[in-house]
Amino acid sequence: MFFSFMEELRSAGISASLKEHLALLAALDADVIGQSPEEFYYLARATLVKDEALLDRFDQVFGKVFKGVFTEYGQNPVDVPADWLKAIAEKYLSPEEMAKIEKMGSWDELMETLKKRLEEQEKRHQGGNKWVGTGGTSPYGNSGYHPEGVRIGGESKHKRAVKVWDKREFQNLDNTRELGTRNIKIAMRRLRRFARDGAVEELDIDGTINGTARQGWLDIKMRPERRNAIKVLLMLDVGGSMDPFIKLCEELFSAATSEFKNLEFFYFHNCPYEGVWKDNKRRFSERTQMWDVLHKFPHDYKVVMVGDASMSPYEITHPGGSVEHFNEESGAVWMNRITSTYPATVWLNPVPEKQWGYSQSTKIIKELVNDRMYPLTLEGLDDAMRELSRKHGH
Amino acid sequence: MRFEGTDNYVATDDLKVAVNAATKLRRPLLVKGEPGTGKTVLAQEIATALGAPLIEWNIKSTTKAHQGLYEYDAVARLRDSQLGDERVHDIKNYIKKGKLWEAFTAPQLPVLLIDEIDKADIEFPNDLLQELDRMEFFVYETQETVKAVERPIVIITSNNEKELPDAFLRRCFFHYIKFPDRTTMQAIIDVHFPGIQKMLVSKAMDIFYEVRDVPGLKKKPSTSELLDWLKLLLHEDMPLDVLQSRDPTKAIPPLHGALLKNEQDIMLFERLAFMARRPNN
Repeated sequence: MFFSFMEELRSAGISASLKEHLALLAALDADVIGQSPEEFYYLARATLVKDEALLDRFDQVFGKVFKGVFTEYGQNPVDVPADWLKAIAEKYLSPEEMAKIEKMGSWDELMETLKKRLEEQEKRHQGGNKWVGTGGTSPYGNSGYHPEGVRIGGESKHKRAVKVWDKREFQNLDNTRELGTRNIKIAMRRLRRFARDGAVEELDIDGTINGTARQGWLDIKMRPERRNAIKVLLMLDVGGSMDPFIKLCEELFSAATSEFKNLEFFYFHNCPYEGVWKDNKRRFSERTQMWDVLHKFPHDYKVVMVGDASMSPYEITHPGGSVEHFNEESGAVWMNRITSTYPATVWLNPVPEKQWGYSQSTKIIKELVNDRMYPLTLEGLDDAMRELSRKHGH
Repeated sequence: MRFEGTDNYVATDDLKVAVNAATKLRRPLLVKGEPGTGKTVLAQEIATALGAPLIEWNIKSTTKAHQGLYEYDAVARLRDSQLGDERVHDIKNYIKKGKLWEAFTAPQLPVLLIDEIDKADIEFPNDLLQELDRMEFFVYETQETVKAVERPIVIITSNNEKELPDAFLRRCFFHYIKFPDRTTMQAIIDVHFPGIQKMLVSKAMDIFYEVRDVPGLKKKPSTSELLDWLKLLLHEDMPLDVLQSRDPTKAIPPLHGALLKNEQDIMLFERLAFMARRPNN
């Protein structure tokens, strides 16, 4: 029963197992529900999907299998509100610049291209939200507009765009990918040192016997329980020049989440500044202040930063150098704050080590992390983990 | 034995099906959802609706799986042996029953709530796999097997702070409590405040959903906060026109303390109000 449904679910990435299938049949057999299709849908959903992130996909598969309606997963057309486009244009172009663009090609044409590009992305800021551009949450910052530097869509070839204007679909790193993460897990396990600290919690039998024999009366000894005490703050560079390394980072991420008890992660773009974010889809609206991060997590957190460190050097050294907003303090200042707050900080770089010398920014970053930059290879990871598990004085 | 919601709990159809499947097949029901959408209350309401006793096991970060089964107090026994207490000869005297044991041997079929399972160590759910699957466990100290007389109804809640292992998920039914839409919300409010002015509620809900839509909020207000806010509005006898005349320069709703729970969010609203006040904007 429902074999094709199960097959469809699995091919859509919902890993419903035989156990769950049998549970569904058992529930049907036990007359949990009446005869209505809605109830069957609810029951199947409660049985087969265990993650709210997959609910939408389940709905689509269900619709496809039981109504014969063909849909393509995740391919919904998006309406770009006209007022949103207008707002962007007004905010970023002075009348002279607009005139300049008019000369180069028609304004409408440019807007059409922009509109198309935006449509290629998934919905975000839908409905011409009136909050766009206020309160410093706007993706477009206040950093002005260089006619020659603007890229609309497409990938950067030189990895050195001066001002990136287009709102890219930065892939939310998917940590479900388990394939090939085994190696990384083993390397990460090095960090998983069992530390005996904290409160006394368990009876030390050997110590008690020893003490009792020595003293002649019962001398109970307690000892701290063995616990995984490693706390990790993972910061991942997303988008831009990191695009080719997304898969690698996903694997790292997936291994890291299952390996540590206390793992916090944040995303940044190119170089960390005053704000980082947790959800790439809402990176422009829901940011966490870097100060909050530095104050919230104690000094004994280990910081692992992952990024290719290729950007224009100004992005690190100068205030206002960021590609997507105006940063009041330079990236270097923020990097120094991170390394001084967390003595155990390493930078993992997915770019092969021999190419590092050719990139100015890589050299700067490497200096900023006190030379603790390691390639994202198994060996580099091993070295990095060894460095992190060293005792760090503060 | 069918769960249809109760006098003070509004259950959506999908929730009813999930609860009924879990109670009928006696498999655990895992409930997730934003904080304040009534996950914990659900277990209490199921217990009331079925007339079953509720056994609550609240999980903390230090909770270990075996604490739910039983605990053997070796230290107390060692001490008693020094003092020559007679009880020391029977190990059973030093075994304390956990919540699961309690639920397995309860005289009347209970509802067991394992609240906020994601707070515990990552290994915690794995350590309970067999126990929840077979509803039995083995006590090493006394060499006995504790088996559930009747499989209890198990409700597990999670706030998504940690991912739960697949093997664990496969054994559960799952329900995600969506944030209620306006009609459901209206029904929830009717249950909690019968006789509240329709206009007041509708205005308050406008404001509430508007507040939820503001991007960048650290903590979006949830159902329980809306209910608190309404309670406050009623208590203060807030005249309707205060809610109605929503002046854009006063972005912060009246008695906002019930809705906005941290200073950054309040600042965000103040900033928005400030921008609305500025000319040419």
